[in-house]
Amino acid sequence: MLLECRNLAYRYPGGPYVFLGVSLSVASGEAVGLIGPSGCGKTTLGRILAGYAAAAEGTVLLDGKPIPPKGYHPVQMVFQHPEKAVNPRWRLRRTLAESRMPEAAELRRLGIDEAWLDRWPHELSAGELQRICIARALGPRTRFLIADEMTAMLDAITQARIWHAVLAIAKERAIGMLVITHDRALAEAVCDRVVTWDRLSIG
Amino acid sequence: MPLLEVNNLSVAFARYAGGFQRRMEQAIVGLDLSVEAGEIVAVIGSSGSGKSLLAHAVLGILPGHAQVTGTIQYDGEPLNERRIAALRGNEIVLVPQSVSFLDPLQRVGAQVRTTARGTDPTATVRSVFKRLRLAEAVGRLFPFQLSGGMARRVLVSTAAVSAARLIVADEPTPGMQAEDVNETLSMLREMADKGSGVLLITHDIEAALRVADKVAVFYAGTTVELAKAADFAGDGSNLRHPYSRALWQALPRNGFKPLPGTQPSQDELPSGCLFAPRCPFATEACSAERPAIREVRGGWTRCFHAS
Repeated sequence: MLLECRNLAYRYPGGPYVFLGVSLSVASGEAVGLIGPSGCGKTTLGRILAGYAAAAEGTVLLDGKPIPPKGYHPVQMVFQHPEKAVNPRWRLRRTLAESRMPEAAELRRLGIDEAWLDRWPHELSAGELQRICIARALGPRTRFLIADEMTAMLDAITQARIWHAVLAIAKERAIGMLVITHDRALAEAVCDRVVTWDRLSIG
Repeated sequence: MPLLEVNNLSVAFARYAGGFQRRMEQAIVGLDLSVEAGEIVAVIGSSGSGKSLLAHAVLGILPGHAQVTGTIQYDGEPLNERRIAALRGNEIVLVPQSVSFLDPLQRVGAQVRTTARGTDPTATVRSVFKRLRLAEAVGRLFPFQLSGGMARRVLVSTAAVSAARLIVADEPTPGMQAEDVNETLSMLREMADKGSGVLLITHDIEAALRVADKVAVFYAGTTVELAKAADFAGDGSNLRHPYSRALWQALPRNGFKPLPGTQPSQDELPSGCLFAPRCPFATEACSAERPAIREVRGGWTRCFHAS
């Protein structure tokens, strides 16, 4: 399976182009690192691929076909700030069940303590909450994962643990990944190849 | 004499867990730390290890229900509530962790000017903004109009325009691009070189090591090690505590090794060494008693087995 975008451009209504002519492809089971200066549009690109935003120009294709606008989106995204990616008024069991309830073994693998599921988001640390967001994004119908600064706010040990678990799961299920980060050493440790933004875009 | 000296500091919160059940959460446990004038001390460690609470304890801005024991001395005298109220914003400044510390209804330029000292505060603000690549127009914006990286630089500038002797910077760099991280750190370094003391709280070990003189490693609310920045090198064998070594070896460029287990919860701290449940070298003695901090090879550590 191949996720690709061709000549994507994005602009806010009435504003100048944020980026122009971005083309990129990620194959199943492959992890691609994306590095670029802040404000260049990396997160926006991720949001377009995951169906959260619409491009002004260009196309996103999964195996050569557009992704249907309804139903489970095969491209899921994990955001930098987990506290902003969950409903503060839901207990985490409900948040997680939005995609499906993972089996106990899978929770353990991501280092999730089942007691956390009965708590509110503000009762967990950022690292604990991020694991919940990852488990939610790794539903059985997920084919591609966009990891946007997924571990930037975590200490090195928590970062290494989360990445080892995610890489193992992605490998087993042949999930393709786009890893957006400013940390080149991290990108080189987890990715098969690393691209820089200036090589993707023409504008 | 150190500029800032923290001895055996503990901070606890009472939490109501439904009904009348009251549980004590021990957020900081017997913490020791000192900062000399002219020195940057980096504080690193996992999230939830009490790093920000230490900053808030020094600034005297802990929430009202916090129970604090131990001592904080500034310039050789206890830093009590009255004294910190007089020093805060003048001699002692905080670079807060979040933009939510700014007044949402005041333009940021005016807020930065409140800490500026010298004959011409406006000119001081202008030159610091220029160094941090903030356009002059940014001064006329309200906090909600700033991007994440801009907001960070505005927060840093509040310290840079001051003539503070002690700067407590709480995670000043995340979300900044590399050039801004470097500029921020070198500004802190210059302030230290002019004689201020800097407490730099961060989880970015590599950035901290570029400017820090000493590093304090926090785990579960206590200092497990105080090391020289130069001890963080190679495979980490100069470090004294197994947690410091694990943190160093978990960096992507140092092996990316994950350490199993999790930090103990604040309401169920182990009675012995706080790291013993995850420590590959733990013995019976470690779970029987909490190790005191002691001097080892020119640094300090809280481990029975360090030598």
